[in-house]
Amino acid sequence: MEHTPPPFFKRGPAPVVRLAFFASLSLALLVLDARFGYVEGLRDGLALAAYPFQKIATAPVAIARRTAEFFVSQEKLQAENSTLRAELLDTARDAQRYETAASELAQLRRLSEMRVRLERRTIPAEVLYSGRDPYDYKVILDKGSQHAVAAGSPVIDADGIVGQVTRVHTLVSEVTLLTDKAQAIPVQVTRNGLRAVAFGAGASGTIELRFLPANADVRNGDRLVTSGIDGSYPPGLAVALVVHVERDAAEAFARVICEPVAGVERSRYVLVLSGGEALPAYPTADTERGSMRGGSRRARRGSKRGAR
Amino acid sequence: MAPDKPQHILLPVRMSTIITSFAAALLLMFLPWNDVRLVPDFVAVVLVFWCVHQPRLVGLGVGWLIGLVADAGNGVLLGQHALAYALLAFFAITLSRRILWFSPWYQALHVAPMLIFAEAVVMLVRLATGAPLPGWSILVAPLVGAALWPLVAWLLLLPQRRALEAGSL
Repeated sequence: MEHTPPPFFKRGPAPVVRLAFFASLSLALLVLDARFGYVEGLRDGLALAAYPFQKIATAPVAIARRTAEFFVSQEKLQAENSTLRAELLDTARDAQRYETAASELAQLRRLSEMRVRLERRTIPAEVLYSGRDPYDYKVILDKGSQHAVAAGSPVIDADGIVGQVTRVHTLVSEVTLLTDKAQAIPVQVTRNGLRAVAFGAGASGTIELRFLPANADVRNGDRLVTSGIDGSYPPGLAVALVVHVERDAAEAFARVICEPVAGVERSRYVLVLSGGEALPAYPTADTERGSMRGGSRRARRGSKRGAR
Repeated sequence: MAPDKPQHILLPVRMSTIITSFAAALLLMFLPWNDVRLVPDFVAVVLVFWCVHQPRLVGLGVGWLIGLVADAGNGVLLGQHALAYALLAFFAITLSRRILWFSPWYQALHVAPMLIFAEAVVMLVRLATGAPLPGWSILVAPLVGAALWPLVAWLLLLPQRRALEAGSL
């Protein structure tokens, strides 16, 4: 050490020292974020700083699309208009039938003293971009807590469920897609009412039903809809179609691969369903016994069944 | 090494150039890309460029702060890109004197392992938090980034070139 000449220029601490400082700072942040979730305020501020970049980055695409729309030929517009009119008539008839059926159902429910299901408020939103992260499947929406988006709300497009809002910032929010490995959704087979839980399968863009016994009654082409027993997804929304069922005698569970019906990785315009139903409190004895997540889920189901 | 090529004396860098380049890189990062797996990390490439060319102005602190903004904007764990960018800046500054001796394509050969290393740091952080192995496709983005290096270097040095070059012909 004594052989090093005195520094001619003042350059602050040595790079290795700086590296150690910043590396330990990032590691501390990582641990605080992953383990304890203490840095949400900081994240919100930083997300606000990133917002102008996100908005400007998506602006050229929006402008290009608008310009392209401007130069559509009249012929095409008329053709589109007539098909839309036909569709509108069709859906209007369906809507009338639905309204009649819904009022009838509400009356029947009131008669049998069941809870009347609350109508959910919908917030239309646009997908800004998908996160630059090959490990999970997320998209960023242009609506945040200022527009009353709440974490946990389901997100749908015209065909079915797209995902669930997992984090809300002031002006934007993050949606975890159905195909994410950590995303689970309770479903029901429409053909026979069989309940199951669907998990994302990651890169393949499919979802799978886990923990179904090998002799479970699931076939190719079965439609899966949300069962609504978890309290965060309303019941009856389309989720997926079964495309492949594999039964192996050596394994306890069947391997069921399904394809989401919604354009999970394609849709640009989506609806956020806000205002979930208020659930009864979890029974405490059950949550203490089980592990954190599984326990609370079991408890929730138990309480729902008890309420009916 | 290119001793036979003429070496031009560059104008001093302006702060506005650096800030604009980082803003443009963040914009490119947040563009709605179709397949994010093929898109290089522009912020990392620009950071390496400034750390190599201006190690006194842009260093670990800048890399760390921009990493935090990238983390929040991408909705990933806070600190993941910050850690990767701080390491990237460290290696770029350490190698800066060596890299500048080479022609752009040989420089890119130095940049590629750095970008791959940064990607590996991100991967390690994700594996530690329980993500599955992402497969070989994550190598594509750093390699594309390194292949873009000569273009990025040419673009970012443009504001510092003297107008004399054209006039002297």
